[in-house]
Amino acid sequence: MSEDRSYPAEVSGPFPTPPHDFVDDEGRDIVVRIANDDREDLVAMYEDFDPQDRAQGIPPVGERSIRRWLDRVFEDDCLNVIAWHGEDAVGHSMLVPDDEDAYELAIFVLGSHQSAGIGTELLGTLLGHGKDRGIDRVWLTVERWNEPAIGLYQKVGFEIRNTESFELEMAIRIADRE
Amino acid sequence: MKVLLGVGGSDHSRRALKETIERVQETGDDLTVAIFSSEEVEATLTDVESDVRAVLEDANVEATVRRITSHPGGELVQLADEEGFDRLVIGGGTRSPLGKIQLGSIAEFVVLNAETPVTLIR
Repeated sequence: MSEDRSYPAEVSGPFPTPPHDFVDDEGRDIVVRIANDDREDLVAMYEDFDPQDRAQGIPPVGERSIRRWLDRVFEDDCLNVIAWHGEDAVGHSMLVPDDEDAYELAIFVLGSHQSAGIGTELLGTLLGHGKDRGIDRVWLTVERWNEPAIGLYQKVGFEIRNTESFELEMAIRIADRE
Repeated sequence: MKVLLGVGGSDHSRRALKETIERVQETGDDLTVAIFSSEEVEATLTDVESDVRAVLEDANVEATVRRITSHPGGELVQLADEEGFDRLVIGGGTRSPLGKIQLGSIAEFVVLNAETPVTLIR
């Protein structure tokens, strides 16, 4: 699934690193930080999540399943960043290692804060954070019909991989391999 | 009801088998199990068949066991559509490292192509 030749040869970037603050397209002050002990804020964010914004079964529905899933993506070998608007977590993006030394990425932005440029900044900051931690290759899957998401991923440097499955697979290289 | 279950020897196939058997025990549905070997699993067709027969026997459920040899998705769909099955059941759906559900190629083919109603157990 993630043989080396299926990643772009070219290294993308540069990317911002956390903490990264910016004003979104709606004039809101947003800051992206490395997630620490913010689990309760994320549970609150995902409980507010619109079912139509779920992707391939995540985030799961219901507090218990959300917590179980967060336990998984907060394991020691994973990276998590959160976009904050004041006291509220409004976006969350994560990198989870696969078994080939690359990382799978996912990003979620609360409906009330979508289409304001937060996704681009959140995604870029996670990749900057990942690069700092020695990650070089990242991939993700996205539903074929989800054009806004595909456009967002392409904007930061993801390329579509050849795949025949339901979902589209995209990949990016953020550092030269050591 | 006439039920066709596809079993390929993977973990989710096995779960589909178990759940279907439990249902058949309640409903008395007429069950046919079509077995195939899939690329992701090392088990041979014979391994899959003896496993399926053992599980059926343990559960004391009668079923016709048939083998599918070429294109599992295509043959399952053809069998179900041409032989008057009321439902086609398959297992499928693995999880990516961060928890996204991904359908296997056989499950995807069946869901997209069968005229018979499909139950996907994941």
